[in-house]
Amino acid sequence: MKAAVITFPGSNCDRDMAVAFERAGADVARVWHKDTALPAGVDVVAIPGGFSFGDYLRCGAIAARSPIGAAVIDHARRGGYVLGVCNGFQVLTEMGLLPGALMRNAGLKFVCKRVDLRVATTDSAYTSGYGLGEVISVPVAHHDGNYTVDAETLARLQGEDRVAFTYMDNPNGAMGDIAGVLSENRRVLGMMPHPERVVDAAHGGTDGARLFAGLIGGLALA
Amino acid sequence: MHEPEITPDLIAAHGLKPDEYQRILEIIGREPTFTELGIFSAMWNEHCSYKSSKKWLRTLPTKGPQVICGPGENAGVVDIGDGQAVIFKMESHNHPSYIEPHQGAATGVGGILRDVFTMGARPIAAMNALSFGEPSHPKTSHLVKGVVEGIGAYGNAFGVPTVGGEVRFHRAYNGNCLVNAFAAGLAETDAIFYSAASGVGMPVVYLGAKTGRDGVGGATMASAEFDDTIEEKRPTVQVGDPFTEKRLLEACLELMASGAVISIQDMGAAGLTCSAVEMGDKGGLGIRLTLDNVPQREAAMTAYEMMLSESQERMLMVLKPEKEAEARAIFEKWDLDFAIVGETIPEDRFLILHGNEVKADLPLSKLSSSAPEYDRPWVETPAPAPLGEVPAIAPIAALRALIESPTYAHKAWVYEQYDCQVGADTVVTPGLPAGVVRVHGTKKALAFTSDVTPRYVKANPFEGGKQAVAEAYRNLTAVGARPLATTDNLNFGNPEKPEIMGQFVGAIKGIGAAVAALDMPIVSGNVSLYNETDGKAILPTPTIGAVGLIDDVAGVIAGRPVSGDLAVVIGSTAGHLGQSALLAEAFGIEAGDAPPVDLAVERKHGEFLRANRGLVRAATDLGDGGLALAAFEMAEGAGLGVTIDADAIPFLFGEDQARYLVAVETRDLAPLQKAAAAAGVPLALVGQFGGTVVRMGGDEAPLADLSRTYRTAFAAAVE
Repeated sequence: MKAAVITFPGSNCDRDMAVAFERAGADVARVWHKDTALPAGVDVVAIPGGFSFGDYLRCGAIAARSPIGAAVIDHARRGGYVLGVCNGFQVLTEMGLLPGALMRNAGLKFVCKRVDLRVATTDSAYTSGYGLGEVISVPVAHHDGNYTVDAETLARLQGEDRVAFTYMDNPNGAMGDIAGVLSENRRVLGMMPHPERVVDAAHGGTDGARLFAGLIGGLALA
Repeated sequence: MHEPEITPDLIAAHGLKPDEYQRILEIIGREPTFTELGIFSAMWNEHCSYKSSKKWLRTLPTKGPQVICGPGENAGVVDIGDGQAVIFKMESHNHPSYIEPHQGAATGVGGILRDVFTMGARPIAAMNALSFGEPSHPKTSHLVKGVVEGIGAYGNAFGVPTVGGEVRFHRAYNGNCLVNAFAAGLAETDAIFYSAASGVGMPVVYLGAKTGRDGVGGATMASAEFDDTIEEKRPTVQVGDPFTEKRLLEACLELMASGAVISIQDMGAAGLTCSAVEMGDKGGLGIRLTLDNVPQREAAMTAYEMMLSESQERMLMVLKPEKEAEARAIFEKWDLDFAIVGETIPEDRFLILHGNEVKADLPLSKLSSSAPEYDRPWVETPAPAPLGEVPAIAPIAALRALIESPTYAHKAWVYEQYDCQVGADTVVTPGLPAGVVRVHGTKKALAFTSDVTPRYVKANPFEGGKQAVAEAYRNLTAVGARPLATTDNLNFGNPEKPEIMGQFVGAIKGIGAAVAALDMPIVSGNVSLYNETDGKAILPTPTIGAVGLIDDVAGVIAGRPVSGDLAVVIGSTAGHLGQSALLAEAFGIEAGDAPPVDLAVERKHGEFLRANRGLVRAATDLGDGGLALAAFEMAEGAGLGVTIDADAIPFLFGEDQARYLVAVETRDLAPLQKAAAAAGVPLALVGQFGGTVVRMGGDEAPLADLSRTYRTAFAAAVE
C-alpha cells in the first residue's frame, strides 16, 4: 500500500502523518506542493494538518489551488482515497472534494485538547476497524473547526450515512457535532481531530491506529 | 538625504548617557554620523550589551561534561548522548507585550525559536512563563487574552508544541507584565552552527523576510523604564509572521544540510546591526554591507532605519561562495528572499554603504568589546522580619483561597489555546510538573520546566534564587528526568537603584550556588532590566528554565493516582509559612522569610525519587501551597477525592523545600519505606486517595464542588 503525504508551505503535521502511515505498514512518499503529479501507484493521498500558506485568505484556500491540487482532485475523481486531517480537512472542502466549510470555532479561541468521538459509521475503509457507536479518544488542535453546511446538505450527509465521527462534547460548535465526513463514494475522509497523534502508547492512547490499519487492510482486500 | 544633527537631545533620545557618548568620541575620534549613533545605541543598550549585569553573569557556573556550548551563542547546547544535543534558551519580551500583547508575545516566541534553529536545531518544545498584574487591574484581562492568543498564534502555526510554563498574577506587575519565552530544539552534535564568521571575502547573505520600519529602536525601548507616554511607543513593536518563520526554519535546515553555511546568526534585537557585528566580532573580521541590496518592504528606507529595523523572520549568513547557486535555489523553493548584501573584510571595520555613500565606518571590534560595563552599586537586601502571628483559618477555606486565585487555579484556559502535541512526540502534556517530549525516533525523552517564586526572591534574593533552581530540579525529577542544564531569564527593575541591583546580585549568587550543587549549569539566558513603571519595580523574577533527560520513555513518571493509593511525602515538613502562597492569597500577607533551601538535601531527595520511580505511580513537587494544594491537584486530576490525616495549617500549607508528594500502591509502601530508611530520606504517610470528598483532618468538602471552583476560577478572573 502506498501513501502520499503532501507538504504545503506551513504544513506542520506532515511528518506525523507519514510516521502514522509507516507504523501501519504503508510505503510513504512525501510530495511537495509545487509538484504537478502524484508518484505512480499511490493508493492514498494524505493532506496533513498545519497552517498551509499561513491560513491566509481562508484556511486551506490557497493550498487547494497549489500545483499538486489538480492531481489530488483527479486522484479522488478516479476513485482514489484521500484523507484530510485538520488543515487537510479544510483543504478538501476548499477543493470541493467534501461539502461544507470549517468556520472559526464558536468559542473564538484555538482549542487543543483530547476529545471523545463517536464512530458514526463503520461503512468506510477508514472506520471499518471500529465498532459502530464506539467512543474513541482523539486530540483536536484547531482554530477553525466549526463544520458548517446548508441544512439540505446536512440532511443528505446524515441520510447517506456519510458522517464518520461526531463529537461527544462539541468543542467548536460544529453542526450536527460533526467531526469528520465522507465523500459520496466513501473514499475521501476529512476530519478535524488528529488520529495520527494517537497511534503509539507513548502518545497516551492508540485509538487513531485503527483508522490507519483499517484503511490499509481495506485497501489490501480491494 | 539630510540627516539630523547630533545634539545632546538626540543622544539622550538614543538612551546614551553623556559619558557613554564621550566614549564614542574617543573610539572614533570624531562626531558620529546619525547612522553611527544609531548603531552605537543599539549595541550599547542594556538589552544587547548586558552592561549592568555582565560582571555578575560571569560568576555563574556554565560548565560541565554535558555542556557543548554555554552562554554567548544564540542558545546553549547540551549533550544528550548518541551524537545528539538539545539546544535551548529563554528570553523575555516584556515591554513589547505590555505595549501590544498579541504581537509582542508572538514575536517573543518567534525570536526564541530563531535562536534555536539558527544553531541547526529543529524546535521540539516551547514554554512560556507569564506574570501579570492583579486581575482587577483594568489592563490585566486585555493583556492575558492578547499574550496567550499571540503565543498560540505563533507557536501553533510554526508547529512547535507548547508543553509547559507558568502564569502568575501580582499587583507588582500591574504596569509591566512579563512574557518569558523558552524554546528547545534537537540537533546532531556534529551539525551545530555558530555565529563566528571565518574567511576573508566571503559573501554575507540576507535570508528570510523583507526589512520594514517595524521595531526601529526596539532594543533601546526595551531598556528604558515605562511612563505614561507608552502608547507613543507602539510603532517600536514588531509584527510576527509564523508562516514565514516556518518556511525560514525549513529553508535554513535544508541550507545547513547542504554544507553552504560558514556561520549564521538570526536578526533579533537591533536586527542587521547586532547580527553583523556579532558575526564579525566573533570571527575577528570586518564586515562591509551595501544596504541597497537589502530586500525592503517599504520605499525610501534610510540606512539608519535598515540598520535598526527589528523586522522579524530574518537571518544573516556567511556563505561558502561556491555553494551560492545551491543555496539560492533552496530559498527560492521556499519563496524567501536570498540576497548577498556584503562580505567579510580583513580590516577591523564595520562599513555601511548606501546609495554610493558611506553611512557608517566604525571599528567593528570596538562596538561590542568596548561597550560600557558597569559595576553598579548595590545594597544587600535586609533580612526580613520574622513572621508574626498567622491568622486562623480552616483547612478547606484555606484551600479554597488558593484555588479561587487565578495564580493557582487550573490553567486549561491558557494551555488549551496552545498546540501541545504537534510533532506527535509529546509524552506528558501540560498539567503535570514538567512537559515531556520524546526524542524523535529514539527511546529517550526530554523534560522541560520553568520556575521561580518571586515572593521568595523579594524577601530573600539569595534563598529565592536557590529555590527557583531547586524547584526546577524537583519538577524535572517528578516526571522521572535527570536534570541536565538551565537557562535563566532574569527580570528585574532599574539596576541604577542600589536596592534593585542588590536583588539582582543576591539572586545570581543563589542561582549560582544551586546550579553548581545540583549539577545543572547555566548554558544560556537573558537579562531584562528596567521593568518599572512610574518608578515602581516588579517583583524580582529570575525565571529558571530547565531541561532534563529521561533515558527510556518507559521510565517517565506520568501516572495518576488510583483509588486506594497512599499519599506519601518524601522530605521533612517543618511547616514554613513565611512568604507562603496561603498567606498571600488568604490574607494578603507577604511577610516573613523565604523557606531555606538545603541543596544537598534537594539532591539527595531527588536522587532517591529517581532511583525508586518504580515504586511510585504519580509524583509532584511540593511548592506554592504546600502539601494541601499538591494533594488536591493530584487527586482532582485523577477525578478522585483525597484524605489527608492532618489539620494543622503549617503542616498542610507550609512550603518547606526538598519535598515531593507521591502516590503509592499499598503493596509498594513497605519497600519504599525500606529504601528511604536505607538512604536516610524522611518519608511520611500522610493520607490516601479515593472517594468523592476532599478531607483534611476534620474539615471536608465535596470534590465536585472544589473542582468546579478550581476549573472556572481562571476564566472568571480574566474573561
